Amino acid sequence: MNKFETLTAIAAPFPKKNVDTDLIIRIERCTGTPKEELGKYTFEMVRFLPGGAENPEFVLNQPRYRGAKILVCGEFFGTGSSREVAVWALASMGVRCVIAPSFGQIFFNNCFQNGLLAIVLPEPIVEELMNKASNSNAEPFTVDLERLTINGTVHFEVAPRNRKMLLEGLDEIGLTLAMEPKIATFQAADRQRRPWIYS
Amino acid sequence: MSATLFDKIWDQHVVDDLGDGVQLLHVDRHLMHELSGQRGLLEMKQRGIRMRDPGLTIGSMDHVVSTVPGAKGGNAPWADKMIESFRAQSRESGVKIYDIGQDGQGIVHVVGPELGFTLPGTTLLCGDSHTCTHGALGALAWGIGTSELTHVLATQTIVQQRPKTMRARFDGKPGRAVTAKDMILALIGKIGTAGGVGCAVEYAGEAIRGLDIEGRLTVCNLSIELGAKIGMIAPDEKTYAYLKGRRHAPKGALWDQALAHWKTLPSDAGAKFDIEHSIDCSLLAPQITWGTSPEDVIGVDGAIPGNKPEALAYMGLVAGKLIAGMKVDRVFIGSCTNSRLPDLRAAAEVVRGRKAAKHVKAWVVPGSWRIKQDAEAEGLHQVFLDAGFEWREAGCSMCVGVNGEQVEPLARCVSTSNRNFVGRQGPQARTHLASPAMAAAAAIAGEIVDVRSFSL
Ligand code: SF4
Repeated sequence: MNKFETLTAIAAPFPKKNVDTDLIIRIERCTGTPKEELGKYTFEMVRFLPGGAENPEFVLNQPRYRGAKILVCGEFFGTGSSREVAVWALASMGVRCVIAPSFGQIFFNNCFQNGLLAIVLPEPIVEELMNKASNSNAEPFTVDLERLTINGTVHFEVAPRNRKMLLEGLDEIGLTLAMEPKIATFQAADRQRRPWIYS
Repeated sequence: MSATLFDKIWDQHVVDDLGDGVQLLHVDRHLMHELSGQRGLLEMKQRGIRMRDPGLTIGSMDHVVSTVPGAKGGNAPWADKMIESFRAQSRESGVKIYDIGQDGQGIVHVVGPELGFTLPGTTLLCGDSHTCTHGALGALAWGIGTSELTHVLATQTIVQQRPKTMRARFDGKPGRAVTAKDMILALIGKIGTAGGVGCAVEYAGEAIRGLDIEGRLTVCNLSIELGAKIGMIAPDEKTYAYLKGRRHAPKGALWDQALAHWKTLPSDAGAKFDIEHSIDCSLLAPQITWGTSPEDVIGVDGAIPGNKPEALAYMGLVAGKLIAGMKVDRVFIGSCTNSRLPDLRAAAEVVRGRKAAKHVKAWVVPGSWRIKQDAEAEGLHQVFLDAGFEWREAGCSMCVGVNGEQVEPLARCVSTSNRNFVGRQGPQARTHLASPAMAAAAAIAGEIVDVRSFSL
C-alpha cells in the first residue's frame, strides 16, 4: 500500500449531510468493475445528467476542484452499506483524505484499510475548513499525518494504530498473520470453555 | 462488577490487546454471500493465503439471484458468472454453501438464525452492513468491508476499537398494527441516523421481551440505520426455544452446556450504559418514511414535514399535506428486515379476500427457501396470488435491485426493507419504508393508508 505522510492538494467542499455509499457508488458497479476503473462511476447519480453529460453544478466537475484529493464533508459521510467499493471508487478518483464531523463506521474502517486518511473534527472546525475550501482563491490544503495538522494550524487526532498503518504503508492482514501463535492459544483454551462453537 | 451483555461477549473474545482501546477479537461465526464473499475469496487467492477455519464460515446466495418465479440463477450473464465463481471458490476453500433451490438458501441475515448458525454469545461477522440483525439472538454481530472480510478468512479474527454502549428501552404496550418495524423506525426518527454512531446498542424493555424472535430480528436489522454497527437483545426462553433443534445449533450434552453459558450473558442489574434512550410504544401509530433517510419518518396519520426541501423534491411530496392518500405504484414485501414467516402472515391477513389496486404492482419475496415452503404449506402464497400479487423466489430482490429487479424512475414504492436512500431501489425510485401490514394495505388501497382503517 502507498505510504501516507504529507499531502498537499486541492480540497473540495462537500457539505451534503448523510452522503451514503449508494450515492458514492451504485451497486451495479460493485459487480466486477476493476478497482482502478471505478473512478469513472464515483458519485455518478449526481456527477452526470440523465443524458450522460457532466453536471456542471456538481462540485468535482467545477474546473477549480477537478482532481481534488481532499474532500471536506458534511456530517455522517459514508453512511449505509458496507461496500468497500465506495472507498475504492473515491481512491480511484484520486481522493486520499476525507474530513468530516462524523462518518459511517464501516466506511471509516474501510478508509484506513485502503490508505485513505479519514479525519474527524468538530463541526465548527470542519465548517471553517469548508469555507476556506469554498473561497474563490483557495490555496491547496496541506495534511501532515506525521505532525497531525492541517495547514499547519488545525490539529487532528487519528487512532495510533491507524496512523502507523498509513505512515508505514502496512497491511493489517500481514500484521495479524504474524500473531498466529496467540490465535492458536486462544482457540485451544476456548475449545475447552465453549466446545459447541467448534463442533 | 456488573457488566452489560455487550461487555461480557466482547471480553470473552479478546485474543490480544493492541493498545489504545483497539483489540484483536476471535470470530466465532462468519457468513458469506456471493457479492462480498466472492470478492474476499478472490483477494485470498490473489494473495496466496489459505483460509484458516473454513468450518466456521457458511455461505448462501441472495444479492444477485433472480427471484422470478422458478428462476435458478441470476437475471444476467454477469450474475450467473458471479454465482458460479462463488460456488467454485467456496468448494475449493471447503466452505459449506447453501445453494439456490436448497433448504438453507436465502438472505444471509434470514438463514443465519434459521439454520441455528447464529448463536447467543458468539461473535458473528459478514461482509454486509445488516449483519447487526443477528444480535437479536444475543450475538455480537456487525458488518465488515472486503479488507476486513479477507482478514477474517485469513486469521479468524478482527481488529476492532471498542465501541460505547447504548441502551434503548421500549416500554408500554404497542397498539393495534404497531409492529417491531414501527418501534425501531420511531427510535430512528427520535434520535436520528447519527444517534447511534460509535455505539453497540442493546434493546430492552417489556415491548422487546414481548416480541417474537422474528420481530427482534427486525429491530436489530435497523441498528445500522441508527448509525450503530451493533444492535443486540439479551437471549431468553424465546431465544432458546427458537434455536433448539435447528441444523447448526448444538445438540445433546453440548446443548445443555451451551444453554448454561447463554444464561449468564444478559446484562447485570446494575450494569451502566454510556447513553440511554427510551420510547413509549403505547403512543405510537404505524410508521412510514416520507424522505430519503430512515430518520425521515412519521406516524401514518401525520402530515409531511417541511424541513428537508431536497428530500421532498426527490420524493415528489409537498410539505404540510397528509402522507396518507399518496398514490402508490409499487409494493415490495421482503428483505432481511421483513421477509420472515410472521411478516408474511401479517401481510396475508390484510390481503385475504381483497384485491390489489389495478395500478399497483405488488411483490412478495420470501427471505429464504425454507420460508417459501412453509408459507406455501399454510396457503399464504394463494392469498397473495388471488389478490393479484406476485409470489417470488427467495432473495434480496428489490431491496437493493442489484439483480436488476428495480423500481421504475419516479415510481412510488411502499417497501418493507430498510433503506429509502436516493436511488436505492433504482435510479429516481421513491421509497417509503413501512411494516408488512402497512405495505399490504397500500397495495390494496392503491395509496398510502393507515392499516388500522382495515377491518381484519
Ligand atoms: S435484503 Fe437488502 S439490506 Fe438485506 S442483505 Fe439483502 S440487500 Fe442487504
